[in-house]
Amino acid sequence: MFVKFLTSAIRISAIFLFGSTGEIITEKSGHLNLGVPGVMSVGAAVGCLSEYYLIKSIGTSVPFLLVLVPLIVTFLAGAAMGALYSFLTVTLRANQNVTGLAMTTFGVGLAGHLINLIKAKMAVIARASKYYTNLFPVDDKLGWFGEIFLSHGILVYLAIIVAVAAQLILNRTRIGLHLRAVGENPATADAAGINVSRYKYLATCIGCGISGLGGLFCIMDYMGGNWDDVHFLEGFGWLSIALVIFTLWRPALAILGSIIFGGLYIASSYISGITFAQIELIKALPYVVTIIVLIVTSILNSKETQPPASLGLNYFREER
Amino acid sequence: MKNKEKSVKEPLFHIVKRTSVPWWKSWLIRAAAILLAFVVTGLLSFLVLKKDPFFIYSSMFSGIFGTERRILIFLRDGAILLLIALAITPAFKMRFWNTGAEGQVLMGGFACTVCMFYLGGKVPDGVLIPIMFVAGVAAGMLWAVIPAIFKAKWNTNETLFTLMMNYVAMQIVLFAIKIWYPTGSGNMSPLPHGNLPQIGGGDFWLSVIVVTIVTALVYVYMKYSKQGYEISVVGESENTARYVGINVKKVVVRTLLISGAICGLAGFLIVGGIDHMISKETVGGRGFTAILVSWLAKFNPIFMIFTAYLVVFLQKGMGQVMTDCGVANAYFADIITGIMFFFIIGCEFFILYQIKFRKAKKRKKEEKETCS
Amino acid sequence: MDKPIAIQLKNITKTFGEVIANKNVDMDVRKGEILSVLGENGSGKTTLMNMIAGIYYPDEGQIYIDGEEVSIRSPKDAFRYKIGMIHQHFKLVDVFSAAQNIVLGVRGEKYNLKEVNARVREMSEKYGFHIDPKKKIHEMSVSEKQTVEIVKVLYRGADILILDEPTAVLTPQEIDKLFAVLRTMRDDGKSIIIITHKLNEVMAISDRVAVLRKGEHIATVETANTTEQELTEMMVGKKVSLNIDRPMPVNCRKRLEVRNLTFINNEGIRILDDVNFDAFSGEILGIAGIAGSGQRELLESIAGLQIPTEGASIEYYPPEKSQTEESGQESEEEFFKEENVGEIPAGEQLIGKSPLQIREMGIRLSFVPEDRLGMGLVGNMDIIDNMMLRSYRKGHSIFLDRKGPENLAEKIIKSLEVSTPSAKTPVRRLSGGNVQKVLVGREIAASPTVLLAAYPVRGLDINSSYTIYNLLTEQKKKGVCVIFVGEDLDVLLELCDRIMVIGSGRITGILDGRTAKKEEIGLLMVKNQREEREDYEE
Repeated sequence: MFVKFLTSAIRISAIFLFGSTGEIITEKSGHLNLGVPGVMSVGAAVGCLSEYYLIKSIGTSVPFLLVLVPLIVTFLAGAAMGALYSFLTVTLRANQNVTGLAMTTFGVGLAGHLINLIKAKMAVIARASKYYTNLFPVDDKLGWFGEIFLSHGILVYLAIIVAVAAQLILNRTRIGLHLRAVGENPATADAAGINVSRYKYLATCIGCGISGLGGLFCIMDYMGGNWDDVHFLEGFGWLSIALVIFTLWRPALAILGSIIFGGLYIASSYISGITFAQIELIKALPYVVTIIVLIVTSILNSKETQPPASLGLNYFREER
Repeated sequence: MKNKEKSVKEPLFHIVKRTSVPWWKSWLIRAAAILLAFVVTGLLSFLVLKKDPFFIYSSMFSGIFGTERRILIFLRDGAILLLIALAITPAFKMRFWNTGAEGQVLMGGFACTVCMFYLGGKVPDGVLIPIMFVAGVAAGMLWAVIPAIFKAKWNTNETLFTLMMNYVAMQIVLFAIKIWYPTGSGNMSPLPHGNLPQIGGGDFWLSVIVVTIVTALVYVYMKYSKQGYEISVVGESENTARYVGINVKKVVVRTLLISGAICGLAGFLIVGGIDHMISKETVGGRGFTAILVSWLAKFNPIFMIFTAYLVVFLQKGMGQVMTDCGVANAYFADIITGIMFFFIIGCEFFILYQIKFRKAKKRKKEEKETCS
Repeated sequence: MDKPIAIQLKNITKTFGEVIANKNVDMDVRKGEILSVLGENGSGKTTLMNMIAGIYYPDEGQIYIDGEEVSIRSPKDAFRYKIGMIHQHFKLVDVFSAAQNIVLGVRGEKYNLKEVNARVREMSEKYGFHIDPKKKIHEMSVSEKQTVEIVKVLYRGADILILDEPTAVLTPQEIDKLFAVLRTMRDDGKSIIIITHKLNEVMAISDRVAVLRKGEHIATVETANTTEQELTEMMVGKKVSLNIDRPMPVNCRKRLEVRNLTFINNEGIRILDDVNFDAFSGEILGIAGIAGSGQRELLESIAGLQIPTEGASIEYYPPEKSQTEESGQESEEEFFKEENVGEIPAGEQLIGKSPLQIREMGIRLSFVPEDRLGMGLVGNMDIIDNMMLRSYRKGHSIFLDRKGPENLAEKIIKSLEVSTPSAKTPVRRLSGGNVQKVLVGREIAASPTVLLAAYPVRGLDINSSYTIYNLLTEQKKKGVCVIFVGEDLDVLLELCDRIMVIGSGRITGILDGRTAKKEEIGLLMVKNQREEREDYEE
């Protein structure tokens, strides 16, 4: 039972992990992007669309491409959303909160509309789902170990790889150092000769691209190639933003955090005797926990656990 | 922005903050942006729906003004959106980024539903409705003041806090519905008791009347009351507020109580007056849309009438277009609304900043601004 | 003796709008020397150095490095010419370690913090720093942060180091350490420029001194061949006659009594140190001192905006008749009656009271803060709404009374000749002089008994400045206790009845404004630091 629970928790965690890793990268550049739900929705829809047309044109004979192409297309779609956000907030210096919320409205609408084009033919896409879900064929021979660690689809491992890579890049490389400087103190970064705008653009585009992959995973792996309701994806988007706070802007911690969030999300199916009503309360837990983290870190007011200092603020050199 | 590294090459243009812009010019820029957005969205609709623009615009208008009932629904929905936008305005004016209107309205509506569910039929509606009113407003206030207290005391990030509160509210509502209908599909049916009186034979006019009054009140409060003045001072500069002896913490908490109260009122109107039940879609994203409405109107309640109805016009109008094209969902309307938002958000840049093509004289002036 | 010249400035001129920051400055710095750039506040020292560091670009003139003409258009260019500047406000990322800050923006080498740490340690040993490369900036003291800034510049291979007021934030011990480091660097062949206005430090550290006054280069002299006296004279210049009307104070009574006022800021730095003085009605008490010596904190403590350490006392002695009148509308009348009353009423303690509580006690204390648009006024509000800042609470109505403020705004616009399109213009759009007239006008309109004014003429043109001087003198004649913080010694000497000199948070002297000498004040301004140093050296 527990093995099954943990396995499921790890599996669903990939949605949150993609979403929050992307948002961490974005926020490290000083951008509070409240458009993540929109980005994830668009990522999912565009991914499905590309999958559909891919199967239409080449069939299912090359499984490798059926995963790789949608993956790239989804990433690019997310990045395009990030570019839109950056254009408004960096180049046009628009308010970040308002821009992010507009992105969510737009993105959810766009995703809903796009998926409607192929909704009747989702069965086509479902055929490709199996190439996403099971990477290693060995898991059932290795007992609980195999089930927990080796039974997942490629995107689960990719999510973890991306999170680890993000952690390493942020903390161990010059690019990461510069990016964090931009988010902490853009004036200082600027004075040190770092191109603040370029970092903000790139971080946001890459971040949104990664967040978008969460949407693709959700549909192709978690949902088995079925499309529920776009607002279902929106909820995952907000949870991903919560997770960023919960993990104190650390991608490595987000791996653990996303499993906890995933566990909470599915917990209801694994607790015997639980009522439907109680399930809903359990689903509130990620948010409550996040609020508590937010409060505790603000009371402790330790420099190490604060959001990037310039988060939500635009930088304009002449206003120094 | 781009001048320092590249200044060896003398960049072609340079961005400067405008010192002043006449009000007519700023509204001209906004009007141009809206117009442009209409053209772009019309073009997009044309490309996507393969219908000629005339069909689209006429369909939009018929969706709003086609029948009396449509007009009334337009008025009502615009009023509700306006009310929520009014609710967050004092907070935003104070630079308290309350992204939690969604949850505050939902909690207001939820408190009303609780009263209707448990007291409905047991007490006469004449008693029940005032109780609902008080409960709804109090719940909205509670949901808004919690983040405010933490903001005042420990400077806890209010954007993220209020955002999270939305989903806690939503889960509480879902929890209650499942308690009330343990076997049901999770949907409530309208409750018979505690329905607000229908004025003019429908659920339209009450909202319009209430919101008209609230608009006037908020306008007067923000512009002519001492408390409204304090809100502006705190929003503009906390240092000045301290200098003149304003208790910033008190103002933050008080303002969010007001903000939450109006949200609660909106919940009361939606549940008691229109829906007579609650669901997780009761607010349906209007708490977020209201932020855009308030922001686009520059926090001016009078301009907000216009922006709120503009948004509802787009959504309802595009809804009609889609119906006429045989598509039964609101997604395309969301896309159009989103694009409209982008245009209006983006145009602010041209109001606040000026693009200057480089001349030798200008540079000195700008440097003076940087150094001071 | 003469070492090769590292950097040479020829005929440098820089203007900001109407203000001339530097005019035809010629200067040179040699290799292996420490040059002090000495001058009062506003003499153009920092602007001049910013042109070398690539922050500003000169309007006229040339810069030569190793004899070749160069064009320094950005800090990056400056680095290329091996010039590094350590600004007064550090440019460091708080949550980063020292090493991370040091390599920020450096390109072309492998990113390896271990190597950086090793190199930083190596450098520390060479020059005698004490710096832990792994320590986070926010855990550091001010002096450590400064060290990081210096290492940052050295790490990029700078041969010419410019330090802007490096000792302002340091303790005497830390200053000694810094000076030792600078001497080592000089002996290593580097050129070091220190911007300062502290004479004792000039004498202690520099090989040569360049003196600036009002944007012009007065002279560059060998430190060994000069005296503090001579430098002061060069720095402050001859006394200029301004012809400000200064009537003798009449009917002076004690209005404020400040005792044992000590203030320690958030960073634990002692900004005010045991300040004691009295201020009287009917006089202008000038406060002279180097910028940042505690003037702002002193005024803010009196105004209830800062909380001093325990044991401090600021007592207010109201004018005798003030108990009877509440709203304080006509102060002139009762002022004349005042003479009949001989008894000195009891003082009222201001410490621990908020600005609001002070007002509620019936004390009419007006304050013209240094930061006009950030504190005294709200830039985005119009003149009428800014008038209301002080008076909006009046009355029991929940609504604002705009009539009164409107009249006041019109009155101020007319009487002070504020040039504005209308009373409904946001003050942010007014020129500096007009902004100040609005602010001072409002503060005076409250018919204060105490008027605090911090740098009220900073950035103003001559005419506006005189308007402000006259307003202050008028208040004095009305029996108001005026405290004026100024930076131009000529003005202080012509405007004030008494001049209190503050040095590093301590009162170093109180002089008669009519007999004091400029040089005397100049020496008192730096006296405290010297004594501290002597104490330490013993």
